[in-house]
Amino acid sequence: MEKNDIQNTVKEIIRISGVNPKKCIKCGKCSGTCPAYDEMEYHPHQFVSMVDMGDIEPLLESPSIFKCLSCMACVDRCPRGVEPAKLIEAIRSVKQRMQGSNHMKPDDIPALLDEELPQQAIVSALRKYMK
Amino acid sequence: MQRIGVFVCWCGSNIAATVDVQRVADAVRSEPGVVFSVDYQYMCSQAGQSMIVDAVKEHQLTGLVICSCSPRMHESTFRKTAQLAGINPYMVEIANIREQCSWVHKDIFIGTQKAITLAKAAIAKVNLNTPLTSGESKVTKRALVIGGGIAGIQSALDIADAGFPVDLVEKEATIGGKMAQLDKTFPTLDCAACILTPKMVDVAQHENIRIISHAQVEEVGGFVGNFHVKIRKKARFVDESICTGCGLCTEKCPQKKVPNAFNLNMDHHRAIYIPFAQAVPKVAIIDPDYCSMLKNGKCGVCAKVCSVGAIDYQQKDEIIEEDYGAIVTATGYNPISLEKYDEYAYSLSKDVITSLEFERLTNAAGPTQGHLIRPSDGKQPHTIVFVQCVGSRCAANAEKGKEYCSKICCMYTAKHAMLVRDKYPDTEVYVFYIDVRTPGKSFDEFYRRAVEEYGVHYIKGMVGKVIPEGNTLKVQASDLLMNKQLHIDADLVVLAAAIEPDRSARPLATMLTASMDTNDFFTEAHPKLRPVESPTAGIFLSGTCQGPKDIPETVSQASAAAAKVIGLLCKNTLKGNPCVAVSDEMMCNGCSSCANVCPYGAITYESKEFRMPDRTTRMRRVAKVNPAVCQGCGCCTVACPSGAMDLDGFKNQQIMAEVDAICK
Repeated sequence: MEKNDIQNTVKEIIRISGVNPKKCIKCGKCSGTCPAYDEMEYHPHQFVSMVDMGDIEPLLESPSIFKCLSCMACVDRCPRGVEPAKLIEAIRSVKQRMQGSNHMKPDDIPALLDEELPQQAIVSALRKYMK
Repeated sequence: MQRIGVFVCWCGSNIAATVDVQRVADAVRSEPGVVFSVDYQYMCSQAGQSMIVDAVKEHQLTGLVICSCSPRMHESTFRKTAQLAGINPYMVEIANIREQCSWVHKDIFIGTQKAITLAKAAIAKVNLNTPLTSGESKVTKRALVIGGGIAGIQSALDIADAGFPVDLVEKEATIGGKMAQLDKTFPTLDCAACILTPKMVDVAQHENIRIISHAQVEEVGGFVGNFHVKIRKKARFVDESICTGCGLCTEKCPQKKVPNAFNLNMDHHRAIYIPFAQAVPKVAIIDPDYCSMLKNGKCGVCAKVCSVGAIDYQQKDEIIEEDYGAIVTATGYNPISLEKYDEYAYSLSKDVITSLEFERLTNAAGPTQGHLIRPSDGKQPHTIVFVQCVGSRCAANAEKGKEYCSKICCMYTAKHAMLVRDKYPDTEVYVFYIDVRTPGKSFDEFYRRAVEEYGVHYIKGMVGKVIPEGNTLKVQASDLLMNKQLHIDADLVVLAAAIEPDRSARPLATMLTASMDTNDFFTEAHPKLRPVESPTAGIFLSGTCQGPKDIPETVSQASAAAAKVIGLLCKNTLKGNPCVAVSDEMMCNGCSSCANVCPYGAITYESKEFRMPDRTTRMRRVAKVNPAVCQGCGCCTVACPSGAMDLDGFKNQQIMAEVDAICK
């Protein structure tokens, strides 16, 4: 990514999420409380720091953005009200809006369907993995 | 018409380099009222001042305008000069052409223009100045100290040592405060009781100190030098003057299930009790919520066993009224409630405790005689997790917690960790921190000893959650430096809860009309230069009621407050500030707007008879300002809808004249 693109993407992430990473005091309570910690390459507190430093390329490429459970434990417990999960969600959205990063097309779904799968999960998967 | 002299100072090159001082002096010469103007290198010097005195005599000046530095710097100097020259000190105005011109402008043209404008504004004001004289009031040579913790004790002792009588009001049954509950004190590890209790005895034995315990201030009236205070001394159902503190009653009372507040409810005492062995006054007290004699008239065991007949079930609250010259607030702090911190399981497990509870658990006089055991099963803990900043350093708009750093937690946690490793070397101790803050003499060395000599594990990162599971507490936390999530099976979790001002502080501040910040800490008159005084004259601040602080800082501040009190009580009379609000009775409609905004409680109302145009008389309610209490802030003059309130020395007319001069 060009330097300019990175800056604009950081702005976009901050705009979508409404998160101000400057509020973070780097206490790590978000990562201390995260149930998906071991699944993630980058952890909640790193997301906040890396967005703050403009180091977003590794985040956009990392599977970590799809490992966040959106359980909002970090949002609930952050003493500074930084809301890391919202930031991760925003990065996920930015990633999904980028060209050519479709993981799934509606045509692929019937083959993957499972009788037991709740309707809601299918809709959520579409939203998560489609552009 | 005034005869005004204008004196323009160069302040060496401080002003002269960016303001053409001679042009300023020339430009104002034709202003209305100005009969003389001059510039000089150092107006505040001896030579400069005598130049002013000579000019006053030569030109029969009636008002002075000094164009120089900020009035904060030399207004009082030039007022004295004026007095020396035989004119009223309030006929002097300062035009600040240093801080407001030369120091902020680089361009000499702009700087000079602005200096001329400011000088003209000051001249316009002096034209309307009138001589003012300060009123005088007597000083009652007695001090009131509110709060009997280490801060109040130190302030009371210092004031009393200077020879002034002091009343020390304490809301609990004994003085001593939080420090009496502590075990050891950082960074020297001397025992808190060993250094505090002798001071408590000094207070009890001091001929100039009267301890009013189990009491609360109910009403404060008056002003600096002349406060009138009502204190409610609550009934303790034991005659203080007779009780010897033998403690027999506290052993015989059949009601054994009263939570012991001194031990933070970790054990019980009887319905009649002495808070702790070294209590001052060492007098028993009955808890009316538990005593069956007071509740349903049956029992009376304590009265039977008391050999001196000190028990008095009929005792009533007593109101003490007294006059004071100065008041010291030393209301102290409390740890915040941790009920909302579900993630740390404070309400779920007995083995999650606060640091203050930990102090009692390691204290030899505590509920466990100093044996560190788990409150749940009495077993010795082998893994202890300390969590720092619980409720401190939170966002300003957070649902729970405080925005500020509680300051003392880093150090007492290092102390706790060290004490545990010293007493029980086979215990694993983890401290989870955000930052370790150790500014203070020998503080960082102390923390490093905890790590290097005592092997305490300091981990950068916060605990995310604590889950009680069987006998253990599952602690999940992040180690930010290792970039790892940790899972620790702990036996005991100690939370360094944020501290907050005591709840009694807010109503007290209202009574004293002393200002507070949004966290309910008392605000100081100036954060750097007047840190132990409230902006309200005669009110002084001691200890944590002003902000979080440790014992050494508290004691220094307590002594500083005492020094200020002594300085005040040494005076026989006080000269007031003559720039106070005055109300024009003819215009006042008694609406109370001014009294509502007055931060000092200086405004009262009186009903007065007025003659109407038709020769009838009518009673009207009008505002009256107490000049001794008024600090001249001017809030009332702005709030007054009818323009009846005005401020001497800063009359609406004078200020409008200044504005006009600037806009011309």
